[in-house]
Amino acid sequence: MLVLVVDSSTPAVIAALVEVTAAGVEMRAQRCAVDARAHGELLAPQVDAVLADLGARPSALGAIVAGLGPGPFTGLRVGLVTAATMGQALGLPTYGVCSLDAVGFPAAAGEPVLAATDARRREIYWAVYDGAGQRIVGPEVSAPAVAAARARDLAVVAAIGDGAHRYAATLELPVADEPRYPLPVALARLAAERIAAGAPGEPLTPLYLRRPDAVAAAGRKSVLP
Amino acid sequence: MADEPLVLGIETSCDETGVGIVRGHTLLADALASSVEEHARFGGVVPEVASRAHLEAIVPTMDRALTEAGVTLADVDAIAVTSGPGLAGALLVGVAAAKGYAVAADKPVYGVNHLAAHVAVDTLEHGPLPEPAIALLVSGGHSSLLLVDDLAHGVTPLGATIDDAAGEAFDKVARLLGLPFPGGPYIDRAAGAGDPAAIAFPRGLTAAKDLAAHRYDFSFSGLKTAVARWVERRQRAGEPIPVADVAASFQEAVCDVLIGKALDACRSSGVQTLVIGGGVAANSRLRAMAEQRAAKYDIRVRTPRPKLCTDNGAMVAALGSHLVAAGVAPSRLDLPADSAMPLTTVSVTGEE
Ligand SMILES: [Zn+2]
Repeated sequence: MLVLVVDSSTPAVIAALVEVTAAGVEMRAQRCAVDARAHGELLAPQVDAVLADLGARPSALGAIVAGLGPGPFTGLRVGLVTAATMGQALGLPTYGVCSLDAVGFPAAAGEPVLAATDARRREIYWAVYDGAGQRIVGPEVSAPAVAAARARDLAVVAAIGDGAHRYAATLELPVADEPRYPLPVALARLAAERIAAGAPGEPLTPLYLRRPDAVAAAGRKSVLP
Repeated sequence: MADEPLVLGIETSCDETGVGIVRGHTLLADALASSVEEHARFGGVVPEVASRAHLEAIVPTMDRALTEAGVTLADVDAIAVTSGPGLAGALLVGVAAAKGYAVAADKPVYGVNHLAAHVAVDTLEHGPLPEPAIALLVSGGHSSLLLVDDLAHGVTPLGATIDDAAGEAFDKVARLLGLPFPGGPYIDRAAGAGDPAAIAFPRGLTAAKDLAAHRYDFSFSGLKTAVARWVERRQRAGEPIPVADVAASFQEAVCDVLIGKALDACRSSGVQTLVIGGGVAANSRLRAMAEQRAAKYDIRVRTPRPKLCTDNGAMVAALGSHLVAAGVAPSRLDLPADSAMPLTTVSVTGEE
């Protein structure tokens, strides 16, 4: 089954087409552009481009997988609204996957790892994965030092992801080169069981992890001297 | 007529998620979800709260619109979406949604100007707009006076507020009087029982020296402060606040300036049609005053019904339909959300 995968939770704007079969997940076409400020401009043309690569019409799709974040809100919503509206228009099930899982799961090599992406404001979105790639802590958002302390407690041996590169000094862990951003094949693999089972689609609820910045209206200031 | 364009419009520039469907000038559906109640305790729209609400609301609102119109996405000829001006993050949800629908259903997408859509919505009620026309657009986010010479290709800004939007002044005065947010409808209701001549509040930018530089501009900040001073003096003196009189006198001052300047623009441009749109156009005194004063000069006032004055998807669909009929080129798929989209841009065309 041809499946569309999108993720806009990091500066990497990702659109991919994968084939999901009983044997596994195979990459067919992908576009990845790294630009933290242009998710809205980039994603739809990339979806169009991967379809054109295969000469496929949107009606050839069987499901849509989207990275739910965590990620900076404005960019994150682009991928989710794209997946949700395409799913609605095409009558397709949509499946959500924690975007960090598509960084941490592919890194599994027998020992616990910390996966981190940039949360801005000098914080990271992070989670810890066991040796088999299962998430055991997170996702959370905090200062890198907080994540570093938890990682030490959990005997983490390496850090991975864009956030790990950025805060390598604070994390005090060896940083693996790849993947830096969510891997589309991993996103699809993490949804493959649901896809294969024909599970009902899910609402794509973003993992915001932070409340909106909003200040309740304060008492009015006097205008008289 | 079946050969008129069937156009879907998406609006997410502020706190309303709107999906409208029109065929030509006929309104088929106008579905709306609002996050206004989530903003009430903050006394104004919180951008991130609005953006989150748009993401949740867009799919169900689209469903309702399609059901109401009895059409499918495959039936529509084009998808129009507000691409600016407005709150950046909120606009982006609508723009990305429009592109998702456009890619999935293989339809052209038109990124359109929110203010031009406020003008176009009147065609759903009163038919094609005679051009040129003068448009007065007043809401919580904008207060503009424009010359509409060609709604499909360009409008000419004549003036705008130099400080608060008219709707913002309503919100602030409502808070001062202990009335809920958004203030417009509550001030309107309270004013009904008051005397509009009870208190002489200032008319901003109407003195001869201001008119030289700001003939068609507005200012509501001084009025808002004047109301606050008046109310505070009363409070300090331990006297009760005549809420109805304050509301009526404030509303009269706002309407007096808006209508005065709009009719001045009509007369000096020799234009016979005045279109009024935006949330404040739902104000009953504004509508009545416009009719009364315009009649003296044989100027026809066109004001859509209140539900079409506030932000909605139908207005975007109405403008989209006008653009399709005029043969304007659609936008490209890399269409950005432009929070500061200039008034001179009616739609973002894919042509160079
Ligand atoms: Zn508006």
